[in-house]
Amino acid sequence: MEVFSLLAQGFAIALQPINILLAFVGVFLGTLVGMLPGIGPINGIAILIPVTFALGLPPESSLILFAGIYYGSQYGNSISTILLNVPGTASAVVTAIDGYAMTKKGRAGPALAMSAIASFFGGTVSVIALMLFAPLLSQWAIRFGPAEYFALMVFAFSTLSSLAGANLAKALISTAFGLMLATVGLDPNSAVARYTFGELKLFDGMDFVVVTIGFFAISEVIQILEESSKGQQVKSALGRVMISSREFIKSLWTMVRGSVIGFFIGVLPGAGGTIASFVSYTTEKRLVDRQNSFGRGDIRGVAAPESANNASANGAMIPLLTLGVPGSGTTAVMLGALLGMNITPGPLLIANNPQIFWGLVASMYIGNLMLLLLNLPLVGLFVRILSVPRWFLLPAVAAISFIAVYAVNNSPFDLLLMTGFGLVGYAMRKTGFPLAPVILGLVLGPLMEKNLRRALSLSGGDWTVLFSSPLAIGIWILALASLFLPTLVARYTVIRRVDSEEDGEID
Amino acid sequence: MRRFLFAVSMTFIFSSLALAQFQPSGTVECIAPANPGGGWDFTCRSVGKLLNDLGLVDRPVKVTNMPGGGGGVAFANVVAQRNDDNNLIVAASPATTLRLAQGQYGDFSGEDVRWLGALGADFGVIAVAADSPYMTLDDLIEAWRNDPTSAAVGGGSAVGGQDHMKVLVLAKAAGLDPTSIRYVPFDGGGEALTSLLGGFVQVFPGDASEISGQLEAGNIRILAVLAPERLGGALAEVPTAKELGYDVEWLVFRGFYVPAGMSDEAFAWWSETMATLEASEEWAEARAQNNLGKFFRAGDEFDSFIKAQIQDLRQLSTDLGLIQ
Repeated sequence: MEVFSLLAQGFAIALQPINILLAFVGVFLGTLVGMLPGIGPINGIAILIPVTFALGLPPESSLILFAGIYYGSQYGNSISTILLNVPGTASAVVTAIDGYAMTKKGRAGPALAMSAIASFFGGTVSVIALMLFAPLLSQWAIRFGPAEYFALMVFAFSTLSSLAGANLAKALISTAFGLMLATVGLDPNSAVARYTFGELKLFDGMDFVVVTIGFFAISEVIQILEESSKGQQVKSALGRVMISSREFIKSLWTMVRGSVIGFFIGVLPGAGGTIASFVSYTTEKRLVDRQNSFGRGDIRGVAAPESANNASANGAMIPLLTLGVPGSGTTAVMLGALLGMNITPGPLLIANNPQIFWGLVASMYIGNLMLLLLNLPLVGLFVRILSVPRWFLLPAVAAISFIAVYAVNNSPFDLLLMTGFGLVGYAMRKTGFPLAPVILGLVLGPLMEKNLRRALSLSGGDWTVLFSSPLAIGIWILALASLFLPTLVARYTVIRRVDSEEDGEID
Repeated sequence: MRRFLFAVSMTFIFSSLALAQFQPSGTVECIAPANPGGGWDFTCRSVGKLLNDLGLVDRPVKVTNMPGGGGGVAFANVVAQRNDDNNLIVAASPATTLRLAQGQYGDFSGEDVRWLGALGADFGVIAVAADSPYMTLDDLIEAWRNDPTSAAVGGGSAVGGQDHMKVLVLAKAAGLDPTSIRYVPFDGGGEALTSLLGGFVQVFPGDASEISGQLEAGNIRILAVLAPERLGGALAEVPTAKELGYDVEWLVFRGFYVPAGMSDEAFAWWSETMATLEASEEWAEARAQNNLGKFFRAGDEFDSFIKAQIQDLRQLSTDLGLIQ
């Protein structure tokens, strides 16, 4: 097997002391920047690029460091999400639903532990896939044109009803609100300003971080303040820290599916971790949620998005390395760094610079293991954040939110915007509108719009272009199935549900 | 050689002019009007590092990312709040001048700042897939002449943006109706290039620095470079559009503007510093690493060069119906 001898060479590189150290530094920093909302892997890597140049690190070592930050941040982003309901990055928004629900039940420990294990699982499965299929999958990425992307977005929206909770109409209104926010800014096609009222700061649209922190963190702070003033006690019992073997087994297939979904979506440039975590969550809810426990603190609701967003971070290395096309902001920064080191990512990279590709793959095995070993023992420490007294924790969360948002654009305007969204978010909570669909509308809306318009301008306005390739038709069928199957299956499972009641341990 | 002499003489002229002996006191700041990772960020970070390495400034240069409005937020900030800052430079490129020309920075114009200099340039290219039926630029132009929809163009900028302008200017030079050609905007050159490989678009009007990986792999063919003369390296065999009879150039300079109220002494010092930097071996290395060609202008010459360019672009955009 040629793969194994190449992998052995990769390990020879990744196990050099300097590279082990760099992988550790990378995953450690990654965990940190992922934890802090507003500061993401992009900032972490951009700051370190001049350092790697100054130290004269070889390209493979630099890439080991950068990739460590990237996938490390996918571990870290769930920590503030689960504990404080403040998603560290876009790809952790879905984790907030069940993760924070678990925290409110005093089960923050298992949620964090599951997040670390699922991240490890997603990371490892996707490294194996990266190793075996990288060149092959770059062809899959190329075959995704505007029509296919559009169909994928429709598919993503078609699963939305799983996020709805009790009231579908309210979820749809939330989504529409997100889509409306997404239209603010320069029109992606013609660069005409929409709903900006001449304000230059709105030309780039609503920044995701500003909206998310406003909606989740600020409104959460207001809500807890209100509850405390009424004298309600929020559970601060730390409880068990590790997950039980039963919970692990229950989540095993969820993690497998999450990893596969995350990896394939991660390979598509532009799609990324947010869509991966979202699709994975909604798929799991459809497949395994018999007791309707998703959304109320089901541990599989943490396992699904966390395995998917880690797998997608590794998947995103494929278009970067084999096509020279960055699929996300983070990989764009890495591309710049590689070019600066005279390495041209592209179809010839694996053949011309095997030490880079295989060194990276090997270091990912090591880095993921490090992350697991780093994060699991820290769970006990992290959950103690919850026992910090309210009078200290709430101002601290608010202060971190303001700093994080200011860090994005160095703009006081964003602070006002965030505060405004915080009030809107609070009003929505009070009136029972779910918040996650707003974020999804905001993230998916522009992709859907751009690709529809691209497809139609390529075809000269002919709508049949949307159904013109087998791949696109396949995705349309999936979308239709996800819309209508649940209704059909529901009739069948009413009978089944009675039988499965006996293993119905609801978390 | 001529450029070398030019650089040397500029250095000489500016050193004699800079007798007023301005030296930045305190920290020098470079604003990159975008998030980390793009061309402006590269300009600030590499030049900032060199200023420090070559001992031209006392303290490390502070790089500030100020994204928003395609550079408009930074532009407005500099004009409105820091108009007399002698320690500030801001990264710029034709994306800046094109947006100013098309009125996308609100009421601001190119006259509101002073254009300091350019240290290098990237050049436009016209790329097609390796299996494309178009072997030469003439083939492509002929195909468009027969049917403007026969070859769709996918670029990395919005309608009216740089990649689109390259095609519009080319079509105009070839005597075609520029607006009849289908142009589809993607999020950056990378996505447009992927669509070219996937066969969703037939032409990619990118920049020389974006295409090296796919070119090496033999997946794409470059029909022409939009440079004043042929480029080196892998593109040495590719003719310029001018050689083929189309008077089209697209020069993506990498440079800076400074606040309009900067003192003349400071401006002279900065112009001289640009010349010193450009003549250094370290810059030549950084330039080569980033696939940038040699291009240098600084001081008042650059200022009038850019102001004229903005006029031209405004005229062109009006002629093409992109702006009123």
